[in-house]
Amino acid sequence: MRVGKDLVAAAATPLVLGILAEGESYGYAILKRVGELSGGQLAWTEGMLYPLLHRLERLGYVEADWHTSTEGRRRKHYRLTADGRAALADHSEQWRVVSEALRQIWTATAAHPGTLAAGGVPA
Amino acid sequence: MSTEPTSTAPAEARIASWRTFVGRRAAISAADVDELESHLRDEMADLRRVGLSDDEAFLIAIGRLGEVDALSREYAQEHSDRLWKQLVGTADAATAGRQGLGVALGLGVAAGVAVKVPALFGIGLEQSPEVYVKILPLLVLPFLAGFFVWRAAVEPRMRARLLAVVGVAVVASALVLNLYPFAADSATEILAALHLPVALWLLLGVAHAGGDWRSGRARMDYVRFTGEWFIYYVLIGLGGGVLLGLTAGVFSTIGVDTETAIFSWVLPCGAAGAVLVAAWLVGAKQGVIENMAPVLTRVFTPLFAVMLLAFGAAALWQGDIQTVDRELLIVFDLVLIVVLALLLYSVSARDPLAPPGGFERLQVVLLGSAIIVDGYVLVAMLSRIGAFGLSPNKVASLGLNVLLLVNLAWSAVLLISFVRGRRPYAQLERWQTGYLPAYLAWAVVVGVGFGPVFSWV
Repeated sequence: MRVGKDLVAAAATPLVLGILAEGESYGYAILKRVGELSGGQLAWTEGMLYPLLHRLERLGYVEADWHTSTEGRRRKHYRLTADGRAALADHSEQWRVVSEALRQIWTATAAHPGTLAAGGVPA
Repeated sequence: MSTEPTSTAPAEARIASWRTFVGRRAAISAADVDELESHLRDEMADLRRVGLSDDEAFLIAIGRLGEVDALSREYAQEHSDRLWKQLVGTADAATAGRQGLGVALGLGVAAGVAVKVPALFGIGLEQSPEVYVKILPLLVLPFLAGFFVWRAAVEPRMRARLLAVVGVAVVASALVLNLYPFAADSATEILAALHLPVALWLLLGVAHAGGDWRSGRARMDYVRFTGEWFIYYVLIGLGGGVLLGLTAGVFSTIGVDTETAIFSWVLPCGAAGAVLVAAWLVGAKQGVIENMAPVLTRVFTPLFAVMLLAFGAAALWQGDIQTVDRELLIVFDLVLIVVLALLLYSVSARDPLAPPGGFERLQVVLLGSAIIVDGYVLVAMLSRIGAFGLSPNKVASLGLNVLLLVNLAWSAVLLISFVRGRRPYAQLERWQTGYLPAYLAWAVVVGVGFGPVFSWV
Protein backbone atom coordinates (compact mmCIF):
# COMPACT_ATOMS: atom_id res chain seq x y z
CA MET A 1 0.00 0.00 0.00
CA ARG A 2 1.13 3.53 -0.77
CA VAL A 3 -0.25 6.58 0.99
CA GLY A 4 -2.23 8.80 -1.37
CA LYS A 5 -0.79 11.98 -2.86
CA ASP A 6 -2.98 14.49 -0.99
CA LEU A 7 -2.38 12.85 2.35
CA VAL A 8 1.36 12.81 1.72
CA ALA A 9 1.27 16.50 0.87
CA ALA A 10 -0.68 17.27 4.05
CA ALA A 11 1.65 15.20 6.21
CA ALA A 12 4.90 16.52 4.75
CA THR A 13 5.19 19.71 6.83
CA PRO A 14 4.45 18.17 10.26
CA LEU A 15 6.69 15.21 9.42
CA VAL A 16 9.64 17.37 8.45
CA LEU A 17 9.15 19.64 11.48
CA GLY A 18 8.89 16.58 13.71
CA ILE A 19 12.06 15.05 12.32
CA LEU A 20 13.91 18.33 12.82
CA ALA A 21 12.60 18.41 16.39
CA GLU A 22 14.73 15.30 16.93
CA GLY A 23 17.75 17.40 16.00
CA GLU A 24 19.46 19.29 13.20
CA SER A 25 19.47 17.44 9.89
CA TYR A 26 19.88 17.77 6.10
CA GLY A 27 17.70 16.88 3.13
CA TYR A 28 18.83 13.37 2.31
CA ALA A 29 18.89 12.31 5.96
CA ILE A 30 15.38 13.74 6.50
CA LEU A 31 14.06 11.67 3.60
CA LYS A 32 15.75 8.53 4.91
CA ARG A 33 14.14 9.15 8.29
CA VAL A 34 10.71 9.55 6.64
CA GLY A 35 11.30 6.19 4.95
CA GLU A 36 12.24 4.54 8.24
CA LEU A 37 9.29 6.00 10.12
CA SER A 38 6.72 4.93 7.55
CA GLY A 39 8.28 1.63 6.52
CA GLY A 40 8.75 3.09 3.04
CA GLN A 41 5.02 3.59 2.54
CA LEU A 42 5.16 7.33 2.72
CA ALA A 43 7.24 8.63 -0.14
CA TRP A 44 7.32 11.59 -2.48
CA THR A 45 9.51 12.82 -5.29
CA GLU A 46 12.67 13.50 -3.37
CA GLY A 47 13.54 16.83 -4.95
CA MET A 48 10.24 18.30 -3.74
CA LEU A 49 11.54 18.24 -0.18
CA TYR A 50 13.82 21.20 -0.88
CA PRO A 51 11.22 23.78 -1.92
CA LEU A 52 9.29 22.70 1.19
CA LEU A 53 12.34 23.24 3.40
CA HIS A 54 12.88 26.64 1.80
CA ARG A 55 9.28 27.58 2.53
CA LEU A 56 9.70 26.59 6.17
CA GLU A 57 12.88 28.65 6.24
CA ARG A 58 11.12 31.69 4.80
CA LEU A 59 8.36 31.34 7.39
CA GLY A 60 11.01 31.30 10.09
CA TYR A 61 10.22 27.75 11.25
CA VAL A 62 13.71 26.47 10.47
CA GLU A 63 17.16 27.98 10.15
CA ALA A 64 19.77 26.71 7.74
CA ASP A 65 23.49 26.85 7.22
CA TRP A 66 26.07 25.02 5.19
CA HIS A 67 28.36 22.43 6.75
CA THR A 68 31.12 20.31 5.30
CA SER A 69 30.80 16.64 6.11
CA THR A 70 33.69 14.37 7.11
CA GLU A 71 34.00 13.08 3.53
CA GLY A 72 34.27 16.67 2.28
CA ARG A 73 30.74 17.07 0.97
CA ARG A 74 28.94 20.39 1.47
CA ARG A 75 25.50 19.99 3.00
CA LYS A 76 22.82 22.46 3.98
CA HIS A 77 21.73 21.68 7.53
CA TYR A 78 18.32 22.69 8.85
CA ARG A 79 17.47 23.41 12.48
CA LEU A 80 14.08 23.96 14.14
CA THR A 81 13.45 27.45 15.61
CA ALA A 82 11.15 28.42 18.47
CA ASP A 83 8.52 29.45 15.90
CA GLY A 84 8.92 26.07 14.23
CA ARG A 85 8.40 24.30 17.53
CA ALA A 86 5.18 26.27 18.04
CA ALA A 87 4.04 25.42 14.50
CA LEU A 88 4.80 21.75 15.15
CA ALA A 89 2.72 21.81 18.34
CA ASP A 90 -0.12 23.35 16.38
CA HIS A 91 0.16 20.74 13.63
CA SER A 92 0.27 17.86 16.06
CA GLU A 93 -2.83 19.15 17.83
CA GLN A 94 -4.66 19.31 14.50
CA TRP A 95 -3.56 15.81 13.56
CA ARG A 96 -4.59 14.52 16.95
CA VAL A 97 -8.11 15.86 16.40
CA VAL A 98 -8.29 14.32 12.92
CA SER A 99 -6.99 10.91 13.95
CA GLU A 100 -9.19 10.86 17.04
CA ALA A 101 -12.26 11.61 14.92
CA LEU A 102 -11.30 8.92 12.43
CA ARG A 103 -10.64 6.41 15.20
CA GLN A 104 -14.03 7.04 16.75
CA ILE A 105 -16.00 6.73 13.55
CA TRP A 106 -14.11 3.59 12.57
CA THR A 107 -14.64 1.93 15.93
CA ALA A 108 -18.30 2.85 15.68
CA THR A 109 -18.66 1.36 12.19
CA ALA A 110 -16.66 -1.71 13.24
CA ALA A 111 -19.22 -2.24 16.04
CA HIS A 112 -22.06 -2.04 13.49
CA PRO A 113 -20.63 -3.85 10.49
CA GLY A 114 -22.12 -3.60 7.04
CA THR A 115 -21.28 0.01 6.38
CA LEU A 116 -17.51 -0.21 6.03
CA ALA A 117 -15.50 -2.89 4.29
CA ALA A 118 -13.02 -4.74 6.50
CA GLY A 119 -9.43 -3.57 6.47
CA GLY A 120 -10.07 0.13 6.97
CA VAL A 121 -9.69 0.05 10.72
CA PRO A 122 -6.40 1.53 11.93
CA ALA A 123 -4.40 0.01 14.73
CA MET B 1 32.68 10.98 -4.33
CA SER B 2 33.79 7.37 -4.31
CA THR B 3 37.02 5.79 -3.25
CA GLU B 4 37.93 4.60 -6.77
CA PRO B 5 38.63 7.69 -8.84
CA THR B 6 38.94 5.80 -12.15
CA SER B 7 35.37 4.53 -12.19
CA THR B 8 33.88 7.82 -11.01
CA ALA B 9 35.19 9.90 -13.91
CA PRO B 10 32.18 9.27 -16.18
CA ALA B 11 29.83 9.76 -13.21
CA GLU B 12 31.51 13.08 -12.47
CA ALA B 13 31.00 14.18 -16.07
CA ARG B 14 27.34 13.18 -15.88
CA ILE B 15 26.85 15.08 -12.63
CA ALA B 16 28.53 18.11 -14.17
CA SER B 17 26.25 18.08 -17.20
CA TRP B 18 23.22 17.47 -14.95
CA ARG B 19 24.28 20.53 -12.93
CA THR B 20 24.41 22.69 -16.04
CA PHE B 21 21.03 21.41 -17.17
CA VAL B 22 19.31 22.04 -13.83
CA GLY B 23 21.16 25.31 -13.22
CA ARG B 24 19.71 26.79 -16.39
CA ARG B 25 16.29 27.02 -14.72
CA ALA B 26 15.59 30.52 -13.50
CA ALA B 27 13.76 29.29 -10.43
CA ILE B 28 16.65 27.12 -9.20
CA SER B 29 19.59 29.10 -7.87
CA ALA B 30 23.19 27.95 -7.79
CA ALA B 31 22.93 27.23 -4.05
CA ASP B 32 19.86 25.06 -4.71
CA VAL B 33 21.78 23.11 -7.33
CA ASP B 34 24.54 22.60 -4.75
CA GLU B 35 21.97 21.29 -2.30
CA LEU B 36 20.41 18.96 -4.88
CA GLU B 37 23.85 17.78 -5.95
CA SER B 38 24.82 16.85 -2.41
CA HIS B 39 21.55 14.91 -2.19
CA LEU B 40 22.34 13.18 -5.48
CA ARG B 41 25.80 12.20 -4.30
CA ASP B 42 24.51 10.88 -0.96
CA GLU B 43 21.92 8.79 -2.76
CA MET B 44 24.45 7.49 -5.30
CA ALA B 45 26.86 6.53 -2.52
CA ASP B 46 24.11 4.53 -0.81
CA LEU B 47 23.12 2.82 -4.04
CA ARG B 48 26.72 1.90 -4.84
CA ARG B 49 27.04 0.42 -1.38
CA VAL B 50 24.30 -2.09 -2.22
CA GLY B 51 26.16 -3.09 -5.35
CA LEU B 52 24.93 -0.88 -8.16
CA SER B 53 27.27 0.43 -10.82
CA ASP B 54 27.98 4.15 -11.15
CA ASP B 55 25.71 4.52 -14.15
CA GLU B 56 22.84 2.67 -12.51
CA ALA B 57 23.26 4.63 -9.30
CA PHE B 58 23.25 7.90 -11.21
CA LEU B 59 20.13 7.06 -13.21
CA ILE B 60 18.15 5.84 -10.20
CA ALA B 61 19.18 8.78 -8.06
CA ILE B 62 18.18 11.24 -10.82
CA GLY B 63 14.85 9.47 -11.20
CA ARG B 64 14.11 9.67 -7.50
CA LEU B 65 14.98 13.34 -7.42
CA GLY B 66 12.16 13.95 -9.85
CA GLU B 67 11.56 15.45 -13.26
CA VAL B 68 13.41 18.72 -13.65
CA ASP B 69 10.37 20.54 -15.11
CA ALA B 70 8.15 19.59 -12.18
CA LEU B 71 10.93 20.39 -9.73
CA SER B 72 11.55 23.76 -11.32
CA ARG B 73 7.84 24.57 -11.08
CA GLU B 74 7.85 23.72 -7.39
CA TYR B 75 10.89 25.94 -6.79
CA ALA B 76 9.26 28.69 -8.84
CA GLN B 77 6.21 28.59 -6.61
CA GLU B 78 8.32 29.08 -3.53
CA HIS B 79 10.76 31.56 -5.09
CA SER B 80 8.57 33.59 -7.41
CA ASP B 81 10.98 36.47 -6.96
CA ARG B 82 13.60 34.58 -8.94
CA LEU B 83 11.40 34.03 -11.95
CA TRP B 84 11.04 37.75 -12.04
CA LYS B 85 14.68 38.06 -12.96
CA GLN B 86 14.64 36.19 -16.21
CA LEU B 87 11.77 34.54 -17.95
CA VAL B 88 12.96 31.15 -18.99
CA GLY B 89 9.85 29.13 -18.20
CA THR B 90 8.29 27.82 -21.39
CA ALA B 91 4.71 28.96 -20.81
CA ASP B 92 5.72 32.38 -19.58
CA ALA B 93 8.03 32.92 -22.51
CA ALA B 94 5.11 32.41 -24.90
CA THR B 95 2.98 34.96 -23.08
CA ALA B 96 5.81 37.42 -22.90
CA GLY B 97 6.79 36.97 -26.53
CA ARG B 98 5.13 37.93 -29.78
CA GLN B 99 1.69 36.68 -28.87
CA GLY B 100 1.74 38.75 -25.67
CA LEU B 101 2.82 41.82 -27.60
CA GLY B 102 0.05 41.23 -30.12
CA VAL B 103 -2.61 41.01 -27.44
CA ALA B 104 -1.21 44.03 -25.60
CA LEU B 105 -1.11 46.10 -28.79
CA GLY B 106 -4.63 45.01 -29.75
CA LEU B 107 -5.99 45.95 -26.33
CA GLY B 108 -3.92 49.15 -26.40
CA VAL B 109 -5.49 50.19 -29.71
CA ALA B 110 -8.93 49.31 -28.30
CA ALA B 111 -8.22 51.45 -25.22
CA GLY B 112 -7.09 54.26 -27.55
CA VAL B 113 -10.38 54.01 -29.42
CA ALA B 114 -12.35 53.83 -26.16
CA VAL B 115 -10.93 57.11 -24.90
CA LYS B 116 -12.21 58.78 -28.07
CA VAL B 117 -15.78 57.53 -27.59
CA PRO B 118 -16.75 60.50 -25.34
CA ALA B 119 -15.78 62.77 -28.24
CA LEU B 120 -18.96 61.57 -29.95
CA PHE B 121 -20.82 63.32 -27.15
CA GLY B 122 -18.69 66.44 -27.39
CA ILE B 123 -16.52 65.56 -24.40
CA GLY B 124 -12.78 65.87 -24.90
CA LEU B 125 -9.55 67.28 -23.51
CA GLU B 126 -10.29 70.65 -25.13
CA GLN B 127 -14.08 70.90 -24.82
CA SER B 128 -14.84 69.84 -21.23
CA PRO B 129 -11.60 68.61 -19.68
CA GLU B 130 -12.95 68.20 -16.12
CA VAL B 131 -15.59 65.67 -17.21
CA TYR B 132 -13.18 63.95 -19.57
CA VAL B 133 -10.33 63.52 -17.09
CA LYS B 134 -12.81 62.14 -14.56
CA ILE B 135 -13.94 59.23 -16.73
CA LEU B 136 -10.62 58.58 -18.48
CA PRO B 137 -9.36 55.90 -16.04
CA LEU B 138 -12.66 54.07 -16.27
CA LEU B 139 -12.26 53.83 -20.04
CA VAL B 140 -8.72 52.46 -19.93
CA LEU B 141 -8.57 50.18 -16.88
CA PRO B 142 -11.00 47.54 -18.24
CA PHE B 143 -8.54 46.84 -21.07
CA LEU B 144 -5.72 46.40 -18.60
CA ALA B 145 -7.95 43.99 -16.66
CA GLY B 146 -8.57 42.16 -19.93
CA PHE B 147 -4.83 41.81 -20.44
CA PHE B 148 -4.37 40.43 -16.91
CA VAL B 149 -7.19 37.95 -17.37
CA TRP B 150 -5.87 36.84 -20.76
CA ARG B 151 -2.42 36.29 -19.29
CA ALA B 152 -3.53 34.48 -16.13
CA ALA B 153 -3.28 30.71 -16.29
CA VAL B 154 -6.81 29.99 -15.04
CA GLU B 155 -9.94 28.16 -16.18
CA PRO B 156 -12.46 29.91 -18.44
CA ARG B 157 -14.98 30.08 -15.60
CA MET B 158 -12.53 31.95 -13.41
CA ARG B 159 -11.76 34.30 -16.32
CA ALA B 160 -15.45 35.09 -16.66
CA ARG B 161 -15.74 35.72 -12.93
CA LEU B 162 -12.72 38.03 -12.89
CA LEU B 163 -14.05 40.01 -15.83
CA ALA B 164 -17.43 40.23 -14.11
CA VAL B 165 -15.89 41.56 -10.88
CA VAL B 166 -13.90 44.23 -12.71
CA GLY B 167 -16.88 45.07 -14.92
CA VAL B 168 -19.20 45.57 -11.96
CA ALA B 169 -16.62 47.76 -10.20
CA VAL B 170 -16.04 49.91 -13.30
CA VAL B 171 -19.78 50.36 -13.92
CA ALA B 172 -20.37 51.19 -10.24
CA SER B 173 -17.56 53.79 -10.33
CA ALA B 174 -18.99 55.32 -13.50
CA LEU B 175 -22.42 55.55 -11.89
CA VAL B 176 -21.00 57.21 -8.77
CA LEU B 177 -18.99 59.74 -10.78
CA ASN B 178 -21.77 60.65 -13.19
CA LEU B 179 -25.03 60.22 -11.28
CA TYR B 180 -24.13 61.55 -7.84
CA PRO B 181 -25.65 65.05 -7.49
CA PHE B 182 -22.34 66.78 -6.74
CA ALA B 183 -22.49 70.55 -6.21
CA ALA B 184 -20.57 72.79 -8.62
CA ASP B 185 -16.81 72.79 -7.87
CA SER B 186 -17.50 70.10 -5.31
CA ALA B 187 -14.53 68.86 -3.30
CA THR B 188 -16.14 65.46 -2.79
CA GLU B 189 -16.41 65.05 -6.55
CA ILE B 190 -12.68 65.65 -7.00
CA LEU B 191 -12.00 63.26 -4.13
CA ALA B 192 -14.20 60.59 -5.75
CA ALA B 193 -12.47 61.10 -9.11
CA LEU B 194 -9.09 60.66 -7.38
CA HIS B 195 -9.95 57.74 -5.12
CA LEU B 196 -12.08 55.52 -7.34
CA PRO B 197 -9.32 54.89 -9.93
CA VAL B 198 -6.99 53.98 -7.05
CA ALA B 199 -9.60 51.55 -5.72
CA LEU B 200 -10.00 50.10 -9.22
CA TRP B 201 -6.27 49.73 -9.63
CA LEU B 202 -6.05 47.82 -6.33
CA LEU B 203 -9.01 45.69 -7.35
CA LEU B 204 -7.29 44.91 -10.65
CA GLY B 205 -4.76 43.07 -8.50
CA VAL B 206 -7.35 40.32 -8.17
CA ALA B 207 -7.31 39.88 -11.96
CA HIS B 208 -3.52 40.10 -12.00
CA ALA B 209 -3.38 37.28 -9.45
CA GLY B 210 -5.76 35.18 -11.52
CA GLY B 211 -8.30 35.30 -8.68
CA ASP B 212 -5.79 34.07 -6.10
CA TRP B 213 -5.88 37.39 -4.25
CA ARG B 214 -5.51 35.86 -0.82
CA SER B 215 -1.98 34.73 -1.59
CA GLY B 216 0.66 37.05 -0.16
CA ARG B 217 3.02 36.17 -3.00
CA ALA B 218 0.44 37.14 -5.62
CA ARG B 219 -0.14 40.44 -3.85
CA MET B 220 3.58 41.13 -3.69
CA ASP B 221 3.82 40.34 -7.39
CA TYR B 222 1.17 42.95 -8.04
CA VAL B 223 3.01 45.51 -5.94
CA ARG B 224 6.12 44.79 -7.95
CA PHE B 225 4.13 45.00 -11.15
CA THR B 226 2.74 48.38 -10.11
CA GLY B 227 6.19 49.79 -9.39
CA GLU B 228 7.70 48.53 -12.61
CA TRP B 229 4.69 49.54 -14.65
CA PHE B 230 5.00 53.05 -13.24
CA ILE B 231 8.67 53.28 -14.22
CA TYR B 232 7.93 52.08 -17.76
CA TYR B 233 4.96 54.41 -18.07
CA VAL B 234 7.01 57.41 -17.01
CA LEU B 235 9.76 56.46 -19.46
CA ILE B 236 7.28 56.05 -22.32
CA GLY B 237 5.66 59.34 -21.29
CA LEU B 238 9.01 61.15 -21.39
CA GLY B 239 9.84 59.71 -24.79
CA GLY B 240 6.37 60.49 -26.06
CA GLY B 241 6.61 64.08 -24.80
CA VAL B 242 9.87 64.63 -26.65
CA LEU B 243 8.38 63.11 -29.79
CA LEU B 244 5.26 65.29 -29.63
CA GLY B 245 7.28 68.44 -28.95
CA LEU B 246 9.53 67.75 -31.94
CA THR B 247 6.51 66.93 -34.12
CA ALA B 248 4.86 70.23 -33.29
CA GLY B 249 8.13 72.06 -33.90
CA VAL B 250 8.87 70.38 -37.21
CA PHE B 251 5.37 70.90 -38.61
CA SER B 252 5.26 74.53 -37.52
CA THR B 253 8.25 75.26 -39.80
CA ILE B 254 6.10 74.44 -42.79
CA GLY B 255 3.13 76.33 -41.40
CA VAL B 256 1.02 73.32 -40.39
CA ASP B 257 -0.71 73.61 -37.01
CA THR B 258 -0.66 70.23 -35.29
CA GLU B 259 -2.01 71.37 -31.93
CA THR B 260 -5.54 70.01 -32.40
CA ALA B 261 -4.29 66.71 -33.77
CA ILE B 262 -1.89 66.30 -30.87
CA PHE B 263 -4.21 67.32 -28.05
CA SER B 264 -7.39 65.64 -29.18
CA TRP B 265 -5.92 62.52 -30.79
CA VAL B 266 -2.28 61.62 -30.27
CA LEU B 267 -2.03 62.51 -26.59
CA PRO B 268 -5.14 60.76 -25.16
CA CYS B 269 -4.93 57.72 -27.45
CA GLY B 270 -1.20 57.39 -26.92
CA ALA B 271 -1.51 57.71 -23.15
CA ALA B 272 -4.21 55.03 -23.10
CA GLY B 273 -2.30 52.65 -25.34
CA ALA B 274 0.89 53.16 -23.34
CA VAL B 275 -0.87 51.73 -20.25
CA LEU B 276 -1.10 48.38 -22.00
CA VAL B 277 2.31 48.53 -23.62
CA ALA B 278 3.93 49.32 -20.26
CA ALA B 279 2.04 46.38 -18.72
CA TRP B 280 3.38 44.09 -21.44
CA LEU B 281 6.90 45.44 -21.02
CA VAL B 282 6.85 44.64 -17.29
CA GLY B 283 6.32 40.97 -18.11
CA ALA B 284 8.47 40.76 -21.21
CA LYS B 285 11.50 42.77 -20.25
CA GLN B 286 11.98 41.71 -16.67
CA GLY B 287 15.75 41.80 -16.85
CA VAL B 288 15.90 45.47 -17.80
CA ILE B 289 13.88 46.72 -14.85
CA GLU B 290 15.39 44.15 -12.53
CA ASN B 291 18.68 46.00 -12.87
CA MET B 292 17.22 49.46 -12.64
CA ALA B 293 14.60 49.30 -9.87
CA PRO B 294 16.86 48.21 -6.96
CA VAL B 295 19.34 50.87 -8.00
CA LEU B 296 16.62 53.53 -7.93
CA THR B 297 15.43 52.48 -4.46
CA ARG B 298 18.98 52.41 -3.20
CA VAL B 299 19.74 55.85 -4.58
CA PHE B 300 16.56 57.49 -3.29
CA THR B 301 16.25 55.84 0.12
CA PRO B 302 19.23 57.73 1.60
CA LEU B 303 18.29 60.94 -0.21
CA PHE B 304 14.77 60.87 1.19
CA ALA B 305 16.08 60.04 4.65
CA VAL B 306 18.34 63.08 4.48
CA MET B 307 15.48 65.28 3.24
CA LEU B 308 13.20 64.17 6.08
CA LEU B 309 15.90 64.60 8.72
CA ALA B 310 16.66 68.08 7.39
CA PHE B 311 12.99 69.00 7.43
CA GLY B 312 12.57 67.68 10.97
CA ALA B 313 15.58 69.69 12.16
CA ALA B 314 14.35 72.83 10.39
CA ALA B 315 10.84 72.46 11.83
CA LEU B 316 12.26 72.07 15.34
CA TRP B 317 14.56 75.05 14.89
CA GLN B 318 11.70 77.16 13.56
CA GLY B 319 9.73 76.22 16.68
CA ASP B 320 6.45 75.93 14.88
CA ILE B 321 5.11 74.94 11.50
CA GLN B 322 3.80 78.20 10.04
CA THR B 323 0.93 77.01 7.92
CA VAL B 324 -0.70 73.93 9.27
CA ASP B 325 -3.40 73.40 6.70
CA ARG B 326 -4.54 70.67 4.42
CA GLU B 327 -1.84 71.49 1.82
CA LEU B 328 0.75 70.53 4.40
CA LEU B 329 -1.13 67.30 5.13
CA ILE B 330 -1.37 66.51 1.44
CA VAL B 331 2.35 67.14 1.00
CA PHE B 332 2.96 64.77 3.88
CA ASP B 333 0.62 62.17 2.42
CA LEU B 334 2.75 62.32 -0.71
CA VAL B 335 5.96 62.05 1.31
CA LEU B 336 4.64 59.00 3.14
CA ILE B 337 3.46 57.44 -0.12
CA VAL B 338 6.95 57.83 -1.57
CA VAL B 339 8.50 56.39 1.60
CA LEU B 340 6.06 53.47 1.46
CA ALA B 341 6.80 52.95 -2.23
CA LEU B 342 10.55 52.89 -1.53
CA LEU B 343 9.97 50.37 1.24
CA LEU B 344 7.52 48.18 -0.68
CA TYR B 345 9.71 48.19 -3.71
CA SER B 346 12.81 47.07 -1.87
CA VAL B 347 10.77 44.47 0.03
CA SER B 348 9.41 43.02 -3.19
CA ALA B 349 12.83 42.84 -4.83
CA ARG B 350 14.64 41.45 -1.81
CA ASP B 351 15.57 37.85 -1.14
CA PRO B 352 13.66 37.22 2.12
CA LEU B 353 16.40 34.88 3.36
CA ALA B 354 19.29 37.31 3.01
CA PRO B 355 20.68 38.42 6.38
CA PRO B 356 20.10 42.02 7.54
CA GLY B 357 22.60 44.54 6.17
CA GLY B 358 23.40 48.23 6.09
CA PHE B 359 20.55 49.00 3.73
CA GLU B 360 17.96 47.75 6.22
CA ARG B 361 19.43 50.05 8.87
CA LEU B 362 19.14 52.92 6.41
CA GLN B 363 15.51 52.00 5.85
CA VAL B 364 14.93 52.10 9.60
CA VAL B 365 16.35 55.64 9.60
CA LEU B 366 14.08 56.60 6.69
CA LEU B 367 11.00 55.11 8.32
CA GLY B 368 11.85 56.52 11.73
CA SER B 369 12.35 60.05 10.45
CA ALA B 370 9.20 59.87 8.31
CA ILE B 371 7.14 58.67 11.28
CA ILE B 372 8.50 61.26 13.72
CA VAL B 373 8.08 64.18 11.32
CA ASP B 374 4.63 63.04 10.31
CA GLY B 375 3.61 62.53 13.93
CA TYR B 376 4.66 66.13 14.60
CA VAL B 377 2.57 67.36 11.68
CA LEU B 378 -0.41 65.26 12.73
CA VAL B 379 -0.39 66.57 16.31
CA ALA B 380 -0.16 70.15 15.06
CA MET B 381 -2.98 69.47 12.64
CA LEU B 382 -5.27 67.83 15.18
CA SER B 383 -4.82 70.67 17.67
CA ARG B 384 -6.12 73.13 15.08
CA ILE B 385 -8.77 71.07 13.40
CA GLY B 386 -11.31 72.01 16.03
CA ALA B 387 -10.84 75.70 15.26
CA PHE B 388 -11.54 75.36 11.54
CA GLY B 389 -13.90 72.40 11.52
CA LEU B 390 -13.81 69.39 9.23
CA SER B 391 -13.89 69.61 5.47
CA PRO B 392 -14.02 66.59 3.14
CA ASN B 393 -10.50 67.34 1.93
CA LYS B 394 -9.19 67.51 5.47
CA VAL B 395 -10.80 64.25 6.50
CA ALA B 396 -9.61 62.49 3.34
CA SER B 397 -6.01 63.63 3.74
CA LEU B 398 -6.08 63.01 7.50
CA GLY B 399 -7.46 59.50 7.03
CA LEU B 400 -4.87 58.61 4.43
CA ASN B 401 -2.18 60.04 6.66
CA VAL B 402 -3.22 57.90 9.62
CA LEU B 403 -3.52 54.84 7.39
CA LEU B 404 -0.01 55.33 6.03
CA LEU B 405 1.39 56.12 9.45
CA VAL B 406 0.05 52.88 10.93
CA ASN B 407 1.46 50.92 8.02
CA LEU B 408 4.90 52.54 8.29
CA ALA B 409 5.05 52.45 12.10
CA TRP B 410 4.46 48.71 12.32
CA SER B 411 6.83 48.18 9.35
CA ALA B 412 9.48 50.04 11.33
CA VAL B 413 8.90 47.80 14.36
CA LEU B 414 9.17 44.66 12.19
CA LEU B 415 12.23 46.00 10.39
CA ILE B 416 14.00 46.85 13.64
CA SER B 417 13.42 43.41 15.07
CA PHE B 418 14.59 41.91 11.76
CA VAL B 419 17.80 43.95 11.91
CA ARG B 420 18.30 42.71 15.49
CA GLY B 421 17.75 39.14 14.34
CA ARG B 422 14.52 38.66 16.28
CA ARG B 423 12.10 38.07 13.40
CA PRO B 424 12.35 36.72 9.85
CA TYR B 425 12.02 39.15 6.97
CA ALA B 426 8.91 37.32 5.77
CA GLN B 427 6.87 38.93 8.55
CA LEU B 428 7.49 42.38 7.08
CA GLU B 429 6.44 41.05 3.69
CA ARG B 430 3.27 39.55 5.14
CA TRP B 431 2.42 42.76 6.97
CA GLN B 432 2.73 44.80 3.77
CA THR B 433 0.66 42.45 1.63
CA GLY B 434 -1.89 41.99 4.40
CA TYR B 435 -2.35 45.75 4.71
CA LEU B 436 -3.23 46.38 1.05
CA PRO B 437 -7.00 45.81 1.53
CA ALA B 438 -7.02 48.67 4.05
CA TYR B 439 -6.07 51.07 1.25
CA LEU B 440 -8.72 49.60 -1.01
CA ALA B 441 -11.34 50.01 1.71
CA TRP B 442 -10.35 53.61 2.41
CA ALA B 443 -10.35 54.50 -1.30
CA VAL B 444 -13.86 53.06 -1.62
CA VAL B 445 -15.06 54.91 1.50
CA VAL B 446 -13.74 58.25 0.22
CA GLY B 447 -14.85 57.61 -3.36
CA VAL B 448 -18.36 56.37 -2.64
CA GLY B 449 -19.21 57.57 0.86
CA PHE B 450 -17.87 61.12 1.09
CA GLY B 451 -20.36 62.63 -1.34
CA PRO B 452 -23.48 61.74 0.67
CA VAL B 453 -21.73 62.19 4.06
CA PHE B 454 -20.62 65.76 3.27
CA SER B 455 -23.85 66.53 1.39
CA TRP B 456 -22.14 66.84 -2.01
CA VAL B 457 -20.06 69.92 -1.25
